[in-house]
Amino acid sequence: MYKEMNHLERLEAFSVYILRESYREFKNLVMLWSIGKDSTVLLWLARKAFLGHVPFPLMHIDTEYKIPEMIEFRNRTAMEWKLNLLVGRNAKALEEKQTYPAGKTDRLTCCRHLKSEALKHTLSGEWTRYRLNHDSGGFEEDSGTEPYTGVIVGVRADEEGSRSKERYFSPRDKQSDWNVDDQPPELWNQFNTDFASGTHLRIHPLLDWTELDIWEYIEKESIPVIPLYFDNGKGKRYRSLGCYPCTSPVESNAKNVRDIINELKTGKFANIAERSGRAQDKDDGGGLETLRREGYM
Amino acid sequence: MNQQKDNLKVVIVGHVDHGKSTIIGRMLAETGALPKGKLKQIQESCRKNSKPFEYAFLLDALKNEQSQGITIDMARCFFKTAKRNYIIIDAPGHIEFLKNMVTGAAKADAALLVIDANEGIQENSKRHGYMLSMLGVPQVAVLINKFDLVNYDRNVYEKIIEEFSGFLGNIGVTAISYIPVSGRDGDNIVSPSKHFDWYEGPTLLEQLDSFLLPTQPVSKAFRMPVQDIYKFTANGDDRRIIAGTIETGCIKNGDDVIFLPSGKEGTIKSIEVFNHPEQHETGAGYATGFTLVSQIYIKAGELMCRKGEKMPETGTRLRVNIFWLGKSPMIKGKRYKFKLGSARESVELAEVINVFDASDLSTVRGKQQLDRYDIGECIIETSRPVVFDNIKEIEATGRFVIVDNHEISGGGIIFEKDTESISVINQHITQREFFWNHGLITPQSRASRYHHRGKFVLITGEKESGKHELAKQLEYSLFNMHLNVYYLGLNTFMKGLDVDLEKVAWNRDEHIRRLGELARIMTDAGLIFISAIDDLDRYDIEYIKQLNTPSELLVINIGSNLPDYEAGLNLLEDYDLKAALDEIKKVLNREKIIPEYCI
Repeated sequence: MYKEMNHLERLEAFSVYILRESYREFKNLVMLWSIGKDSTVLLWLARKAFLGHVPFPLMHIDTEYKIPEMIEFRNRTAMEWKLNLLVGRNAKALEEKQTYPAGKTDRLTCCRHLKSEALKHTLSGEWTRYRLNHDSGGFEEDSGTEPYTGVIVGVRADEEGSRSKERYFSPRDKQSDWNVDDQPPELWNQFNTDFASGTHLRIHPLLDWTELDIWEYIEKESIPVIPLYFDNGKGKRYRSLGCYPCTSPVESNAKNVRDIINELKTGKFANIAERSGRAQDKDDGGGLETLRREGYM
Repeated sequence: MNQQKDNLKVVIVGHVDHGKSTIIGRMLAETGALPKGKLKQIQESCRKNSKPFEYAFLLDALKNEQSQGITIDMARCFFKTAKRNYIIIDAPGHIEFLKNMVTGAAKADAALLVIDANEGIQENSKRHGYMLSMLGVPQVAVLINKFDLVNYDRNVYEKIIEEFSGFLGNIGVTAISYIPVSGRDGDNIVSPSKHFDWYEGPTLLEQLDSFLLPTQPVSKAFRMPVQDIYKFTANGDDRRIIAGTIETGCIKNGDDVIFLPSGKEGTIKSIEVFNHPEQHETGAGYATGFTLVSQIYIKAGELMCRKGEKMPETGTRLRVNIFWLGKSPMIKGKRYKFKLGSARESVELAEVINVFDASDLSTVRGKQQLDRYDIGECIIETSRPVVFDNIKEIEATGRFVIVDNHEISGGGIIFEKDTESISVINQHITQREFFWNHGLITPQSRASRYHHRGKFVLITGEKESGKHELAKQLEYSLFNMHLNVYYLGLNTFMKGLDVDLEKVAWNRDEHIRRLGELARIMTDAGLIFISAIDDLDRYDIEYIKQLNTPSELLVINIGSNLPDYEAGLNLLEDYDLKAALDEIKKVLNREKIIPEYCI
């Protein structure tokens, strides 16, 4: 018997469609993996789309200020799921301590150095990429320098104002700039998969998902997530994960996925923005918008 | 499991400044849907800039948007009622942003069309109404806004209904309701207003809750555009999976299926889903995968149908309605990329029957192209057959988009195959031959001087099947018999005449077209013209044959990749060179191209 689709099944089917469309249309495809819940769900959806396989590399931009459990979770999951994992970083800024934690920049500039710049140059192949070696479990300098021109990203429209303007397939020009005012249309299930040389595409399969959808899907599919999202017994948990100097945990007693779902639906977070623990959003009226135009994810 | 309630996607459209964003802002605030930080953030930003707070600002989340004071793109916002969750898509009203409006409306389950009571029906009120009908938005309610500016006058309400329902009726849309509101003051948004004692219909919120949820079209004939064929060999996986999202209908293991346009058939062996218990049946809406009982060679872009059900149509010349959004007009004689389901073909505008003027719904005849924002009834012609359904029967396979200059520039819906008029290619050949500048030498005098006639010998087959070697040997052999022969290598062509196409993504058909035109010239010069191309299919060959008319074409196929076309000569993959050359010469002699003594 046919079973009418529920809300999560519809979201899943559409995201799978977007992922398959990306894989069909782009040769140099990469998926960004921040190790957080959203991009881990995105990774899971890729395994759905490709029947257990992930036929493109995952890229993680390591700011070296990530909470250590994130890196441990990343490496373990990548080994277990046999992922082709690439890691990039802004070695120069880190060496010269051009960062917020080192006291030399403000938060936005730090994000720009360690995330936007690192991402842009790692994608283009100008900066070194490190590839996970599944035999040794360590990372090795990757010899490949081909630019990635299709970049799959787990942003959601409900996160923040500027993200609600995104298309599923969003062309960026050479400088990664986003021309918000002049985006081509998307009609029914047809997307802009042709693009001029010199431009690249951001692909957003999770655009329609909300924070609650993400947690309900994690519960439905039993997707592993970092324990940092749960109360560790001290009445605090992370709602959104980032670099430790700029991300603070929230007060919460949610000990598992179900608790989080209840908390989001009826509890104290029902009306509080998810990124409220992310300091860089507050530095300027449109901080994230400014960063996004420059290529921040 | 305690699952979420369903989402209903509602797009809000209408002429610029008729108050869409204000209505949404008001609704979000009054239903308590705003995240706590949001309202404060916007109010603070207003205070900072010494600007009075407006509800519209809630949606104008982007800096530059606020500075221009108009909604540039569609913003999505989420809110819920006791009944269900909503995604509200705010579509811009400015004509320049029609492409954003259609992006928002194309995925909506229902639409709210806002008309300013004071300003009345404007061009974009009608244009948006028309777009909603073409985009297939199933439910439409009309909000007549800013009643505070017209003293809540019932006559204004009646007058707008009369005029607008007449308009919608002409384009096949019936509005579910006409709700008088004031976004600024919150009248009839969430609760009924005392200002409208003459109005008994629903408030906006009541209307939203009475829209119907979309259901999957499972009772229609099965259609699944084949999105890809997966054969991931990692970790010993040997499945060959046909992947796609099912548009309509149901299917189960053991069902017989047919892939169109190739016509290949198979039987479903299994339904493949990751991290899911074994499944025996699936249907509309699911993104899934299938394996077949026996392997057949099919490609992405075909339409999978279920045998025994109503079949879709197959054709190249289609009668359609197109709305054009591209910066450059859609013109005749230019090839565009055409996307329908998972199929991608090239298409030409063959005829413009009518162009509708949205401002007054009049019909403009005699136009030869579609300008930006035009909606036109046209005939289009694809380079090879496409599989489709009439838009009124199955929407998903009855609509398409057209790509120009890397961007989706138009969308359309298909009514039927056009069988009456002459195809674009035949019209072209007739014209070309009519205007052909003949010299003083006739083909007959050329043939008698050369002792042979002109002919295009086209060799095709799988990659690495020795086509080019055969072509060169054929040229050499005929040359040594004093025949006028020329072999054109593909690189000679690609790096020369076709070098401009390197930057064009959709260029295969254009390569083929130029080769066909070139062949016509070379054969008119009396040459035996030889070329070799990988993997042509019967439509490619048919196209080249037409372009080369009235000169003749001999197709030599190597291997078994062309089962549905009768080539002039078929060679096995491990053909013997000398025997093959003899065979070709025999055929050429039989067709009275070369004289007897050559064989």
